[in-house]
Amino acid sequence: MTLFSKPNLLHIGVLLGLIVLYFMLPPYHSGNLSRIMVLAIYAMGYNVLFGYTGLLSLGHAMFFAAGMYGFGLAVNLGGVPLPIAFLLGIASAGLLAVVVGSLALRTTGVAFMIVTLMFAQTAYLVVLYFGEYTRGDEGFVVQQAQRTFAGVDLTTDTARYVTALVLFAICFLALARLVKTPFGKTLVAIRENEERARMLGYDTKVHKLKAIIISGLVAGVAGAAYAMLFGYVGATFATVQYSILPLLWVLLGGAGTTVGPLIGVFFMFYLIDFSSSVTTAYLLVVGIVLVLLTMFAPKGICGELRRRVFPWLP
Amino acid sequence: MAAINILETTGLTKVYGGISANMNVDFQLASGKITALIGPNGAGKSTFVGMVSGRIEATMGRVMFDGKDVSHLPAHKRIQLGIAYTFQITSVFSGLSVHENVALAARRTFDGKASAFEKKVHAALVRVGLDDRAIQIAGDLSYGHQRLLEIAMGLAQDPKLFILDEPTQGLAESEIANFIKLIMSLAGETTILLIEHNMKVVMEAADFITVLDQGQILATGTPAQISNNSAVQAAYLGKSDA
Repeated sequence: MTLFSKPNLLHIGVLLGLIVLYFMLPPYHSGNLSRIMVLAIYAMGYNVLFGYTGLLSLGHAMFFAAGMYGFGLAVNLGGVPLPIAFLLGIASAGLLAVVVGSLALRTTGVAFMIVTLMFAQTAYLVVLYFGEYTRGDEGFVVQQAQRTFAGVDLTTDTARYVTALVLFAICFLALARLVKTPFGKTLVAIRENEERARMLGYDTKVHKLKAIIISGLVAGVAGAAYAMLFGYVGATFATVQYSILPLLWVLLGGAGTTVGPLIGVFFMFYLIDFSSSVTTAYLLVVGIVLVLLTMFAPKGICGELRRRVFPWLP
Repeated sequence: MAAINILETTGLTKVYGGISANMNVDFQLASGKITALIGPNGAGKSTFVGMVSGRIEATMGRVMFDGKDVSHLPAHKRIQLGIAYTFQITSVFSGLSVHENVALAARRTFDGKASAFEKKVHAALVRVGLDDRAIQIAGDLSYGHQRLLEIAMGLAQDPKLFILDEPTQGLAESEIANFIKLIMSLAGETTILLIEHNMKVVMEAADFITVLDQGQILATGTPAQISNNSAVQAAYLGKSDA
């Protein structure tokens, strides 16, 4: 694979496009795009497990929330410096992924979905139970004074956009690289036919556990980044809705594609944004569009593009 | 030094809810030879190779592979020791390209340059005659070609023991002739354990034949010995005079 291969050019192009967009878009939309990039990190993490490994988790909100609370509580209660708190957030999600992964991987298929759903529900209830610290449903605000890094105030539009973009770029390029490695290709093999992969001598259990850990870590990056950039930590982010969203984003954008998660989040975000400006029944519009997409583009936007036009799409 | 027998099982038994699919199977597999495992449907052939490869957990008994007791190793560990296994029901990565299927098989053990790796994948594909279909999606191949792809995936692993579970099932006559040539060309390179229903393949290709009947070994010998064995004729070939 050369440096100027089509996939590499596409990845660099996406990142350049995001830089250019910042200078072209009015503040409202660039603000949206910061949020989209952070949520796209979450979707990319989900994609590692669902899109590449073929494991459908219904509980990823717990990893997002672990990153968010790991960061938020460290800053708010512990007064920990921002970069360390950020790492603590990621570590919390990683640790949770190790524990949940080791237990949930004893199951497969529908049972796996249910077990992850239950674990996430437990995580949500834990957040509520320790309401004294987490402020439960109400949540808490990470003060502006606490959201500075190396003298830079992360609450300004520019700093927020740049930080979101840098984090997005790191995760995006790292994961695009990961899925090209033998490890990434083995994950795809497990998705396609786990028994065959096992009978080729691959330890599928260990591969799946590693996939959950990577997926959880990346979701944790997104959770911590969300709290850091938007200053709010709340139990809503641990609800089942936030477990379903990454599934929808990835399905829409294209499971098992590198740019699919970003496209999915972008599409969904602006679909809601646009339809809610037209009608109060915007969820109906969103629902109909989702149904149509599933009917006519079951592989998602990038999946269909890959099937019909660009077979090289990574 | 290579052992005379690459595989030995002692007292290998599998009981499914009171019914024994295999009962006390003591089996030896000669290194570097082609051995066919035959027997009527339900004789326990697939269960037996399932226990050898680790796919199916044995109720009792011991499996020695290449001088090591592998009875308690999970399937992927046994494969790593040098067993390749092709499924009775075709099992390829149907969503991936033919090339990637073979690459996945070769990659686990390969430790070298990318160019050498490509050569190796290509060589396995050439050997089964699928080299001109490398970029096709495996699921789009005809059934016969998918079976050949499975064999290429086995070859790419450089196995010490290659287990083929009914490899010619669903192949056309001309493809079967090529298949016989192919596996006979492997003799000496690797040891082949072949489950086969097609007697033409068995008689032409196998050095030794083991007959399983009702979960137990009925007879073992060369093709000539087996075809003259009256017990085998009665149980399997159906040539009894009665």
